[in-house]
Amino acid sequence: MSKAASALKAGQPSRQYASATAEAPLLRAKDLHTWFELRQFGFIRVGSVQAVDGVDFELGRGESVAFVGESGCGKSSLARTLLGLYQPTQGDVIFDGQRLSELKGKARQKYLASVGYVQQDPFGALPPFMDVRRLLAEPLIVQGIKDRKVQDQRIREVLKEVRLTQVDEILSKFPHMLSGGQQQRVVIARALILQPKLIIADEPVSMLDASVRVEILNLLRSIQQKRELTLVFITHDLSTVRHFADRIFVMYAGRIVEEAPVNELLDHPQHPYTQALLAAIADVHADNALVMREVPGGEPPSLLNPPPGCRFHPRCPHVIPGTCDVRDPHSLEPRPGHYSACWLHE
Amino acid sequence: MSDTLLQVNDLRLHYQTRNGVARAVDGVSFDIRRNEALVVLGESGCGKSSLAKALLRVLPRNINHFGGQVHFAGLDLMALNDEQFRKQIQWNRISLVMQAAMNALNPVVRVGEQVAEPLRVHRGWNKKQAMEKVAETFNKVGVASDFLSRYPFELSGGMRQRVVLAMALVTEPELVILDEPTSALDVLTQASIMNVLKRIKQEDGTSFMLITHDVATSSELADRVALMYAGQMVEVSDARDFFHAPAHPYSKLLMDSVPRLHQPEPPVHIPGEPPNLHNPPAGCRFAERCPSRFDRCGQDPKPITLKDRRKVSCWLHAGEGQS
Repeated sequence: MSKAASALKAGQPSRQYASATAEAPLLRAKDLHTWFELRQFGFIRVGSVQAVDGVDFELGRGESVAFVGESGCGKSSLARTLLGLYQPTQGDVIFDGQRLSELKGKARQKYLASVGYVQQDPFGALPPFMDVRRLLAEPLIVQGIKDRKVQDQRIREVLKEVRLTQVDEILSKFPHMLSGGQQQRVVIARALILQPKLIIADEPVSMLDASVRVEILNLLRSIQQKRELTLVFITHDLSTVRHFADRIFVMYAGRIVEEAPVNELLDHPQHPYTQALLAAIADVHADNALVMREVPGGEPPSLLNPPPGCRFHPRCPHVIPGTCDVRDPHSLEPRPGHYSACWLHE
Repeated sequence: MSDTLLQVNDLRLHYQTRNGVARAVDGVSFDIRRNEALVVLGESGCGKSSLAKALLRVLPRNINHFGGQVHFAGLDLMALNDEQFRKQIQWNRISLVMQAAMNALNPVVRVGEQVAEPLRVHRGWNKKQAMEKVAETFNKVGVASDFLSRYPFELSGGMRQRVVLAMALVTEPELVILDEPTSALDVLTQASIMNVLKRIKQEDGTSFMLITHDVATSSELADRVALMYAGQMVEVSDARDFFHAPAHPYSKLLMDSVPRLHQPEPPVHIPGEPPNLHNPPAGCRFAERCPSRFDRCGQDPKPITLKDRRKVSCWLHAGEGQS
């Protein structure tokens, strides 16, 4: 692991991002590892699930980035680590110049207030016994805003922002009385009500209907641009990212394998894994039914016992024996501003 | 019309619920030919899963009305009683992969035995015979034969989905109905499952009815597309016509709402929500959300045949129909 980390670090000189401003980045993940210890019978250590294993990146202010990967690649664990819900095993998250691990008490609460979280399953994310007014007042109460008038004003503003226009009607409803799209809007409203600088949306539309999806994504994008928020958008669906993110990170088995601005990455994928992902999906066309898709064999590795070297090498069509299965690839820059961790670029 | 396998006419399935009658399937007509894949597209709640259940007669108890004509390979299915239907049709000639079936495998029975069950129950084969057939089917769907004696928890989601698929294919039915077979799977697994379906369609000549809400997935198998809205079929077309020249306003909007990887235009959402199935509006059910509605939309649109086997239920096309 430490070898992996140092290899990654060696290949990553401090990068210059084309973010909106030349200021310091809003959030930095430095050599971030989130491992989960696995025990049998409650006490025998069996090993560690290496959910996030040496991830480095910077997020600029007012930027929308997407983390793309298959289930089990560690993208949700990464989100929860950024939210401060998981303690990183190694490395740190630096938010606005402050190390997350050093924040205690009030300072930590302040951090939590400046990060909004949009969950995957809106119905599961909303407590069933609270009406919408109570739901949205809750974060305000926790942050010490107890005046009902102020609360009401903030709630109305934020509901308008997520385009729930019949405010009076909505306020007294319980989650089960709302449609899936409305529920997700309430979740987004709750994430926005404390005026965060960063929103982390973990698969915000995968539980919703196709026609509502685009609406919710458009909403998130427009709020992000209007408020100049940083949006971290976690998804498994590459086809939606082009219009809703500025930059993409592709994750595989706990690591970032490729990173580039959105059009660059989709038009010129460099890493064999990204290439495989893009080859597996095609835009709607009647001829799709006539062609077989090329799919790499096998399945993503177990994070409990990942393969040595490049984690994609057992499935990779371009594997270089003696290199890919032994040495950890570090991040290279095969095209300007486009990073890919693959030995083929060397 | 010897190559027509399934002919459905005015099929209706209404549920009795506490809030009144829910018209989940409300007058649906279509046909499927041999070795053809029909994709039934629609948003959730449009009645597409109920359609599958109606065809295979796996019905809940709260049925208010179930009727229409279903002919399968010359056989009048609605004339069969439940016992005859179960013995002759279910799983022998039409099989069904239900939504999330991969999570419904029995956790304490080895997957090989579970897949062999239809053969043993519907065909009365002995265990050895059945297991041989299962191994062959596993091979077809891309599961190694040493998985026969594994339990469901030992398999990944993709493998379990293949096992469920094997269960539907093991009796070599003429028609396989698949309800959202890939919606819970990863991109690469999805693609390889679709590859399996394509190969089976080519090699075994099986007909498919694929039910999905995902237009991109639908294009991976479809010969024909039927679009459902609020319990009715608004358009039935060849895949090429549907994907590249949709006729119904809802089809057009749906195609515009699909995010495209390689196109600069952003997807556009369809405003509004589908109507309540308890009390659908009179006339065209899409009229409320339709950008091109006009006076006549207050009346029920009749399906208009635009060309051979292409039907659209929309007044806009009233003048173009063939008689």
